[in-house]
Amino acid sequence: MTDPVIVASDLGRRFGETVAVSQLELTVQAGEVFGFLGHNGAGKTTTIRMLNGILTPTTGSARVLGLDPMVDGTQLRSRTGVLTETPSLDERLTGRDNLTIYADLYRVPKDEVQARVDELLTGFDLIDRADDKAGGYSKGMKQRLALARTLLHKPEILFLDEPTSGLDPVAARQVHEMILQTTRQQGHTVFLCTHNLVEAQRLCDRVGVMEHGKLVALGSPRDLARQLVTNLTVDFEVDASSVPGALQALTAGGVTASAGQQAGTILVSGAAREQIPDQVSLLVNAGIRIYGVTPQEPTLEDVYFALHGEEPVQHNQAEVIQ
Amino acid sequence: MNWRAIQALMRKDLKVVVQNKGVIVPIILLPLILFIVIPALVLFIPSATASANSTDLAQLLAMVAPGLRDQLVGLTPDQAGVVFFLVYMMAPLFLIVPLMVSNVIAADSFVGERERKTLEALLYTPTTDGELLAGKILSALVPAVVVSLVGYLIYTVTADLAAAQIIGRALFPNPLWNVLVLWVAPAAAGLGLTSMMLVSVRAKTFQDAYQTGSLVVLPIVLLLIGQITGVLYFNIWLTLALGLVLWIIDAVLLFYGRRTFHRSELIARL
Ligand SMILES: Nc1ncnc2c1ncn2[C@@H]1O[C@H](COP(=O)(O)OP(=O)(O)OP(=O)(O)O)[C@@H](O)[C@H]1O
Ligand SMILES: [Mg+2]
Repeated sequence: MTDPVIVASDLGRRFGETVAVSQLELTVQAGEVFGFLGHNGAGKTTTIRMLNGILTPTTGSARVLGLDPMVDGTQLRSRTGVLTETPSLDERLTGRDNLTIYADLYRVPKDEVQARVDELLTGFDLIDRADDKAGGYSKGMKQRLALARTLLHKPEILFLDEPTSGLDPVAARQVHEMILQTTRQQGHTVFLCTHNLVEAQRLCDRVGVMEHGKLVALGSPRDLARQLVTNLTVDFEVDASSVPGALQALTAGGVTASAGQQAGTILVSGAAREQIPDQVSLLVNAGIRIYGVTPQEPTLEDVYFALHGEEPVQHNQAEVIQ
Repeated sequence: MNWRAIQALMRKDLKVVVQNKGVIVPIILLPLILFIVIPALVLFIPSATASANSTDLAQLLAMVAPGLRDQLVGLTPDQAGVVFFLVYMMAPLFLIVPLMVSNVIAADSFVGERERKTLEALLYTPTTDGELLAGKILSALVPAVVVSLVGYLIYTVTADLAAAQIIGRALFPNPLWNVLVLWVAPAAAGLGLTSMMLVSVRAKTFQDAYQTGSLVVLPIVLLLIGQITGVLYFNIWLTLALGLVLWIIDAVLLFYGRRTFHRSELIARL
């Protein structure tokens, strides 16, 4: 176990009547990719602002890299990088100017600025357009430039506020690779706000789900799925000839079951994890020989909808359409 | 204070501001009219001042403050008119230059920055609130002072050309204008800036800020009217005192402006 780099306790912020964030308790470890999920207005951006000492909390406190953001904000911000929700670039400046000015603001050693800027422009595939105004860049290029800007000073924690929203799949993948590179190679921490569940599942070691300013779930995508998703789909593999008998046994036991597409498979849906052994016994007691039991791993999407009390689109429906 | 960061902020603001026509056009146009076109009119159309005809001119000069009339003793009415116009009437008009330059640049830097949504990234940098403010203050003040100084140099040449032709001697540089340029003009630039800092709290767009902010030239117009109607005139003492008053107003407005210039408030108002 490494040291926590972000600790929030009872952290909260209200704007007049609106409670943007309330009683947030959160710990993020060094080197972790932490996903911060939630609907529009759930309080993600507000949290990033408080953790970087640019917005005063109305309750509670935080420590980031061992510093109090409201006291040592300047020092803290020299060690964090934040990709804001809108790229926040100076569109009237060239890509290169956008970076060199921020290199000065982030105190990149003077004699390293040019090399660092060129390295990032090259790394983010912007070098050919480096001397054009950023206002003329495509959305993906703007996002890459903004990302390059957050990496100028090699931040120990990278806060990314919806880094791939509006990007095409290729551009989004580049961003994902950059995130993995930052954490896996440099051991840096990433705090990733996103609506994109596939992205969170692919990248995050742990996720927190925010709803109306409150953290409603916290854990690894897999653990959350186990805890929260109560309507698992389980594949049972049996003899092709014993499928009707198996279905009968299960249905008699009050289990919703149907024959799978492949011969000799049965799909049980709407099951909680704890019910699987009982379903196995139902079959065994009916004299059915079982060759395999495979619970389909629920996705973060299932978790999300479980939390919000809505049905996700069934995965196997999609398969039938194909 | 991290001077490198402040310089970077100025570099950024100025590179951005020169691309805003709403800022650049007045910054070029106003000095052009005051320091080149007006002296040229006085020089090439001497009748322009004279044809306002001698009786009108005499009437105007009869109205001015007695102290000012003493300055014009021994000159023909035409000559007196040129001195009155180039030295005294132009003095309050001159102050509009630093006032307006700092005012429009500050509108772009304080309000335009928010409108273009570039403020947030800036707030996440490891700069202090004081450094951010210092960068913005200097971005507005330095050009205003530079434009006034360069304007004065140009005006010295152009106005002297006109004066040499009509009264046979140079009028500039002179102590009154030296005080005006070195002491009052920077204070006027400060007023343009600090008044915009207060406007920026409420203004949503550069255009809003620009329009509200330009009301700050009204006191200058009052000075001009005061001089024409003989209530006051620009002697050295009045000019020194005017500078002092402006510096005090600047300090008070800066104090109030500084109180609202905190990251947490800026981000919440975004
Ligand atoms: N400066 C502000 N003034 C008033 N209300 C605010 C302010 N900033 C945020 N809020 C409110 O606080 C709540 C949380 O906003 P926040 O921007 O943190 O959400 P978010 O999770 O980042 O949403 P999104 O996914 O849309 O970016 C919202 O209801 C928002 O309207
Ligand atoms: Mg947000």
